[in-house]
Formats: sequence, structure tokens, C-alpha cells
Amino acid sequence: MSVLLIAEHNNKEVKPFTLNAITAASQMDADVHVLLIGNNCGDVAKALSEMSVVKKVLHAEAAHYENYLAENFAPLAVKVSENYSHIVSSANTFGKNLMPRIAAHLDISQVSDITKVISSDTFIRPIYAGNAFATVKSTDTKKCITIRPTSFEPCETSGGSATIEKIEATKEFTLSKFIKREEVKSDRPELGTARIVISGGRGMQNGENFKLIADIADKLNAAIGASRAAVDAGYISNEHQVGQTGKVVVPDLYIAVGISGAIQHLAGMKESKIIVAINKDGEAPIFSVADYGLEADLFEALPQFLEELNKLNSIQK
Amino acid sequence: MKILVAVKRVIDYNVQVRVKEDGTGVVTDNVKMSSNPPDDNAIEEAVKIKEAGKATEIIAITVGEEKSQETVRKALAVGADRGILIKTEGTVEPLAVAKALQKIVDKEKPDLVFMGKQAIDDDCNQTGQMLSALLNWPQATFASKIEIKDKILEVTREIDEGLETIEVNLPAIVTCDLRLNEPRYASLPNIMKAKKKPIEIFTAADLGVDITPRVQQIKVEEPPKRKAGIKVASVAELVSKLKNEAKVI
Ligand SMILES: Cc1cc2nc3c(=O)[nH]c(=O)nc-3n(C[C@H](O)[C@H](O)[C@H](O)COP(=O)(O)OP(=O)(O)OC[C@H]3O[C@@H](n4cnc5c(N)ncnc54)[C@H](O)[C@@H]3O)c2cc1C
Ligand SMILES: Nc1ncnc2c1ncn2[C@@H]1O[C@H](COP(=O)(O)O)[C@@H](O)[C@H]1O
Repeated sequence: MSVLLIAEHNNKEVKPFTLNAITAASQMDADVHVLLIGNNCGDVAKALSEMSVVKKVLHAEAAHYENYLAENFAPLAVKVSENYSHIVSSANTFGKNLMPRIAAHLDISQVSDITKVISSDTFIRPIYAGNAFATVKSTDTKKCITIRPTSFEPCETSGGSATIEKIEATKEFTLSKFIKREEVKSDRPELGTARIVISGGRGMQNGENFKLIADIADKLNAAIGASRAAVDAGYISNEHQVGQTGKVVVPDLYIAVGISGAIQHLAGMKESKIIVAINKDGEAPIFSVADYGLEADLFEALPQFLEELNKLNSIQK
Repeated sequence: MKILVAVKRVIDYNVQVRVKEDGTGVVTDNVKMSSNPPDDNAIEEAVKIKEAGKATEIIAITVGEEKSQETVRKALAVGADRGILIKTEGTVEPLAVAKALQKIVDKEKPDLVFMGKQAIDDDCNQTGQMLSALLNWPQATFASKIEIKDKILEVTREIDEGLETIEVNLPAIVTCDLRLNEPRYASLPNIMKAKKKPIEIFTAADLGVDITPRVQQIKVEEPPKRKAGIKVASVAELVSKLKNEAKVI
């Protein structure tokens, strides 16, 4: 049987986590088909068909597929599910919203947020904010899986020539209506895929002070993250939150500034390759996961940090 | 308007969870249990709606062992009117919880079901979406703001890109984010009063729901430990280490 991967896109481009999800899907079964649901998204179909592991693209178009309403997407996925052993998407807000709706329609017990594929029915997933990892085996005949994007490499985006099969749209679900999306546009790399992330916490004291973080982010070409406390206090918007109930990041370098290191925050960043903590409290738990800890007042340390970076001849981008 | 709120009893979020030595699960003996944090937001939102005169009754429901009644009692103490316990033993997966909740929805016919966006034990983030699929109702997940406009609910949702606003017709399912509101504490008199509020008890069999797990837990392990790091004395040393030792900048 084949695996059906549900693509996330904005009708123009494939979203990056779809590439990680395709890799995960290909580890469940080599015959990976992608379901593309959208509106005027021919370019996306073409891009997907060129990905080397993709064998077929199922492409459905309708005005009511313009935005990601799970109520519109799920019935189509259910309709085409018959020939597939696995239905897969990424465990970000796109897949988290959609996949359980598909799973319940199919009477399948979903496996969420897997970090490893052991075999076609056995997976590893974090539980309790990543304080434990469970190996689980699905006994349903068909599996509905969401994957943790940062645990899988993105797939190759070229070298393939999959067929694109047009499929018929399902009817519109009229009881839910998309109104608007407030996307914060930024020239910085995306938090989920950035090589370097610098995050601020409650220690930043206010939103203006995040400028200190932004200056360093610009210098390092880093994404900006935040603790829940910083978001709750209104210093920065929600899409920056890292942690159990925010985003999971695995950059080469994670710099935590004025963040105490609560387990819920660690859940989102402790797999980072190198962790730096800047905190004035030497006992802060963040130091227990930090490769390099600097016990200092951030209001002194951050300007010095920028100055030291300015002194370097070159910085890796 | 009648509101149903689903609450789950979980290990308290402040507890440092430990894996059992035999790898069969995590230690729960003598561990503090609490209501799942976003479920407190779900209850709070229902109570606020009732206080605003827009709801007449709030029912708190849980699926779990006998002791889960504590979680329902807590909901009753902050303002729910009555409770339901669906008594089960062992792990109940989101799909089975959703099926049990569906039976109660069929019986009680609420206009709105509030749930948490995610249980902090299994971190599944599934149950609300599954319930809305089973009922074929609209779903508004990860809600951080809710406005009631007659028979329509305007919901602001937290998504990866920022915020999204949708409108759903009632009846609907809403899963709540922690930022939706500030849950209140129960006052002592209200805790006393809650003891007199009724809790109805059913079993899954009473409801005709099969809750047999479909996902076998083969083993549970500790995450890999990070190597102990070092403290640096100055920013200059930090930058030098990042450049020359870790080679990340
Ligand atoms: C269900 C649930 C889910 C949650 N999900 C998340 C999540 O996804 N992400 C998340 O981050 N949190 C989450 N939380 C919240 C989490 O428990 C913590 O409350 C939060 O992470 C704390 O944020 P913080 O470290 O910024 O603030 P604090 O804990 O207040 O720490 C501030 C730190 O800044 C330091 N500091 C202060 N001033 C300075 C200065 N001038 N110089 C240097 N250091 C300074 C202090 O020493 C302190 O260590 C969740 C909580 C719950 C209950
Ligand atoms: N056993 C349960 N009893 C009542 N509500 C539950 C139960 N399990 C999950 N829920 C609800 O579903 C939400 C999401 O849980 P989950 O899908 O397990 O992450 C929780 O916040 C609760 O509101």
C-alpha cells in the first residue's frame, strides 16, 4: 500500500515542513503520494511533482479550499484514503488541526507528533513535554500520523517527475467560515527552520527591550523566539513562542536570554545542538541544559554580545 | 445556552515527571495530580459566558478513573452546575474519549463544547477535533479569543503564522489555548457548595462505547541526557567559544 501525505502550502509555495513530512512518510512506505488541496495552486502541484520521493500528486481545486478549514479538507482526505495504508502530515498547527478530524471520520486512533519511524506500524513519540519517549505500535489497519518536523530532514525538491492527477473537490462545509489571517511578515528566517534562534523571556521586561535581541538576530541571521511568559505579557506575538504549547525548534545554536528554563519551555528547545543561556540567576534551571552559561545581567550582556560580534571578521550565515 | 466542558485529570504541570525503571510508563504513585491546565481556561470561559447572561447551564465532564471526580469537583467549585464522570480504567485514547463525549452530547444537546487544546500528559492534541468530526460540527481549535454573536461564534485562533479569525455556527467545538483567559481560583465557600452539586456516573459500557486501546505502548524511556556544559566568565569568552570551539557562528 502507499502513503498519503497532506501538503501544507499557501497556494503559491509548499510550506517547508511539508518537506520534512515527505521524508517521514517515505520511511513508512516508499510509495509516497501527496494530496494537494487548494485554490489556484497549480504551481504547488508542479513543485511537489518534482520532489524525488513523490510518486504521484492528487490535486483538488475549489474556492472553499483557499484556506485551511479542516471541515473542508478532511472529507476529501477521507474520500481518497481507501488506497492508502498511512495518512501523514506535519505536527504543526496545520496538521494538528486537520489530522484528528480525518482520523475520527475513519475510526482510527491517531499517533501524534512522532520523532522516529521504527517500522510501518511502530513509532517513537515524546510525551509529558518530552520528559519521556514512548515507543508505540498502532493496531489500526490504516494509520493516521503527524510527524515532528524538526526530527526529520527535508526531502529533495528536485529530481522527480510524479504524475499529477486532478481529483474532484468535495462539497463546502458551510457552518464554518474563514474570516482573516494576521500573518506577521518578517525578513528573518522562520523559527522552525532557522539555523540560529535567539529567544527572550520575562527577564526582557518589556517589548521595546526585544530590540536588543533583534539587533543580535540581524547580525547572526537568526530567528527570534520567546518564552510563554514573554508572549503572555505582550512583549512579543504568539507565533514566537517556543515550548510544549508553542513551537519546537532544533537549531544549531539556541540562545536563551532571561528565560528560567521551565520544563514546558525546555520541551521546545532542548534538542538544539548548542544551547547558550544568559541569566542573572546562577541557579536558573536553564543552565542545566546549557552548553555555555553566562551568569550576567542581560542588559549589560546583550550590548556587549553585539559589540563582540561586530569585532568578528566573518560570521557564518 | 448549555455548555459542556471536558476536563482531564493529569500529573500536575509542576511535577518533574520520571520514567519507571521497568519502562512501562511514568511514575504516578504519590505524584500530585491536577486538572489539565487549558481545561481550566475552558471552564473559565464557560463561567464567564454564563456570568454575562448568555448561558444557562454548564456541565463538566471527565473520562477517567473514580478519582477523576476531583477534577469535576474543581470545575463545579469555579462555577459549573453539574458534573458527569464516565468511569474507566487504564489508558483511554482521544478517539475513545471523543466517542464517549459524543454519546453525552447526543443526550445533553449542548450548544457549545469547550475543551483544552492539548492534554499535557499524552500531548496528543486530538480529542476536540475528533469530537467535532464525529458530530460533524464546526471546530475552532487553539482559541485565544472568543466572541459570541447570537448563533455564531467568532474565534481568534493561534496558528504558526500568527493569528487567524474564523466564524463557526453553533453548535460547535472550541479547544482553548492558555491565553484565552485567566482562570479564577475557587473560593472556600464555593468549594463547600460544590460538594453538594450532583455528579452523574456512567461506564463506557452504559454508553455502548468501545474504549479498547488501538495503540499499544511498547516501552517508555527517558530522553537522552545532555552533557553538562560550562559557565563562561565573560561575553568575550562566550563569543570566542561559539566561534572557535562550537563553530556555530
Ligand atoms: C500547560 C502549560 C504549558 C506551557 N507551555 C509553555 C511553552 O510552550 N513555552 C514556554 O516558554 N512556557 C510554557 N509554559 C510556561 C512555563 O511554565 C513558564 O512559566 C515560562 O516558560 C516562564 O517563562 P520565563 O522563563 O520567561 O519567565 P520566568 O520563569 O519568570 O523567568 C525569567 C528569568 O529571567 C531572569 N532574569 C530576570 N531579569 C534578568 C536580567 N536583567 N538579566 C538576566 N536574567 C534576568 C530571571 O533570573 C529568570 O530566570 C507553560 C505552562 C503550562 C502550565
Ligand atoms: N479523559 C478525558 N476526559 C475529559 N476530557 C478529556 C479527556 N481526554 C482529553 N480530554 C479533553 O480533550 C482535550 C485535548 O486532549 P488530548 O487530545 O488528549 O491532547 C483536553 O484538554 C480535554 O479538554
